[in-house]
Amino acid sequence: MKHTISLLVENKFGVLARIAGLFSARGYNIASLAVSETLDPKVSYMTIVVEAKDEKILEQVKKQLNKLIDVITVTDFTKKEHVTRELILAKVNFSAKDRNKLENIFNKYVGKIVQHKGDVAIIEAVGDQEQIKALLEELDKFGVKELIRTGKLAISN
Amino acid sequence: MKGSRILLESLKREGVEVMFGYPGGQVLPIFDSLYDSDIKFVLTRHEQGAAHAADGYARATGKAGVCLATSGPGATNLVTGIANAYMDSIPMVAITGQVKSFLIGNDAFQEADVTGITRPITKHNYLVKDIKDLARIIREAFYIASTGRPGPVLIDIPSDIQLMDAEFIWPQDVQIRSYNPNLFGHPGQIKKAAKLIAAAKKPIIYAGGGVITSGAHKELKMLAEKINAPLTWTLMGIGAFASTHELALGMLGMHGTAYANHAIMESDLIITVGARFDDRVTGRLDAFAPYAKIIHIDIDPSSISKNVNVHIPIVGDAKNILIELLKEIKKTPDTGDWLKTVEGWKKKYPLNYKDDGRLKPQFVIEQLYEATEGEAIITTEVGQNQMWAAQWYKYSAPRTFISSGGLGTMGFGLPAAIGAKVGCPERVVFDIAGDGSIQMNIQELMTCTANKINVKVAILNNGYLGMVRQWQELFYKKRYSQVGITSPDFVKLAESYGCLGILVTKKEEVRPALEKAINTDNTVLIDFRVEPEENVFPMVPAGQAINQFIGGLA
Repeated sequence: MKHTISLLVENKFGVLARIAGLFSARGYNIASLAVSETLDPKVSYMTIVVEAKDEKILEQVKKQLNKLIDVITVTDFTKKEHVTRELILAKVNFSAKDRNKLENIFNKYVGKIVQHKGDVAIIEAVGDQEQIKALLEELDKFGVKELIRTGKLAISN
Repeated sequence: MKGSRILLESLKREGVEVMFGYPGGQVLPIFDSLYDSDIKFVLTRHEQGAAHAADGYARATGKAGVCLATSGPGATNLVTGIANAYMDSIPMVAITGQVKSFLIGNDAFQEADVTGITRPITKHNYLVKDIKDLARIIREAFYIASTGRPGPVLIDIPSDIQLMDAEFIWPQDVQIRSYNPNLFGHPGQIKKAAKLIAAAKKPIIYAGGGVITSGAHKELKMLAEKINAPLTWTLMGIGAFASTHELALGMLGMHGTAYANHAIMESDLIITVGARFDDRVTGRLDAFAPYAKIIHIDIDPSSISKNVNVHIPIVGDAKNILIELLKEIKKTPDTGDWLKTVEGWKKKYPLNYKDDGRLKPQFVIEQLYEATEGEAIITTEVGQNQMWAAQWYKYSAPRTFISSGGLGTMGFGLPAAIGAKVGCPERVVFDIAGDGSIQMNIQELMTCTANKINVKVAILNNGYLGMVRQWQELFYKKRYSQVGITSPDFVKLAESYGCLGILVTKKEEVRPALEKAINTDNTVLIDFRVEPEENVFPMVPAGQAINQFIGGLA
């Protein structure tokens, strides 16, 4: 099962390595990771998505995260209400006759064509996991040449 | 003030009286400042020795031990010692030189990413990038190392920072917003624990190293006597409770006493104080103490329900919690029948060995106990020597048994003995060693001689890496693969290091040799040629329930 964990941490060098080390030492892959400064520039916010086969081990990882000197708070969103978003950028095949079709899609999703050059358009879209998944299925019809994603951002509500 | 002087001034403010270490290129400024300092410096013969000595000093005194080494190989040689301190929650501050800040990452001479290497084996570590941070970092390092669940903290200081000038400002207090160890147990949990204790019929106390760290041994004794419960301890908990006390069951686990293991397996309540249910203690987890409810007192929340599910966790300092728990226990359980049962196991399965006239390692340790009247500080190496030292010497005070518990580091005992002796110069300090382990840090005999640190080494010389041989005998059909180990002539070796060497081959020579060692004002190494294939019993094979013993008389 995938777990979404958020951390408030000191905004210092080495903090990310400490956190990543707790996952890698147990052979856990971090599925996605988003890090940025908060309103307080001395503090960073991390959203980590991790696949955990054993809940007990994940529980241990959370306790270990809490023990790190530079970690201020740990929140596991698994049993907590929260809002998530992800931003994607994609290069899709594009020809002028497709413009309407693409724009119709973006009536259903939060997204737009950022630019197009020749037969490729760069699009951006924002949504939760379900929306992004559905959008990508629709974009598949055009042919997606390249896709990058920020990874999940999660905030409590 | 120069960075190197800020460092030494800060160490003095932290009350550091002695450091163990080794100089090198990237710590030259520090050693130059040390030339004028009154902090005592013990020059070891290997940086690993320095780290273990700082660790031994910390275990014997309760104060943070300090070691110092240069960058690159100096720092990597500290790594085993740092990992050792980390596993056993020992307060230590390791200071390493680093290449000049502008060279970091350039594969400079003697460069290694030491904060990277030590990240998973330190409680915290620092790379000093700005001279203005140095004093604060040192203050924080000592605070982190010695509070909460203690552990090693490393400070990596580039050599250009050591030479930079800054105003020396000693921070009045430490402010780390994300680090606030929970010292007092939750009153509700303590009440619940007291109720559970009152209702128990077969309670047992299981004490670990946390009791010693917290200084809770008096309260532990009060608890055991108040509720009249038998008490067992881990390797790290040795000395937390007097071995000769009538409620004492000795160590539990893989090489624990049979009666301690039977008692914990049959108990209906385990009161755990500062122990962490290590796999060497629990044996097969799903078979561990099937009838017991568990109270777990520990300062580290991540120790709770890590291996064994706990019914009442109480997070905080053991001493504080025991004080409150003692107040809260109004009704004490009637343990008369239970103690009779336990007494039956004690009689039926005593700790024993076959005394057939040959020189037995267990006999050597019994004699050592008598010769030192139980007053020595014992350090150990790792393996059979360590288990016999744990089983056969009767410890009665905390900080008198110093052993590598979690990491199991061969080569720990001699440098740890040096640290212990430096910390407690009035005490007799014995390293109980094996012929394999002692050769891992034998060079530290020179440290003893050069610094007039008078320690005693008792080598239980059986010509084998005995514990591995024992496993090969029992579980690998006696196919002895690379466990026969040869040694130099230890007596001559001791002499060439400036120590006294004594060879003992017969039982009757044991006591005189020990007396001679104790009464010699020099480091003494005794080469006891013990029974080669003696095993450590009782033994619970790995993966078995801890009442499933093999071999021996137990």
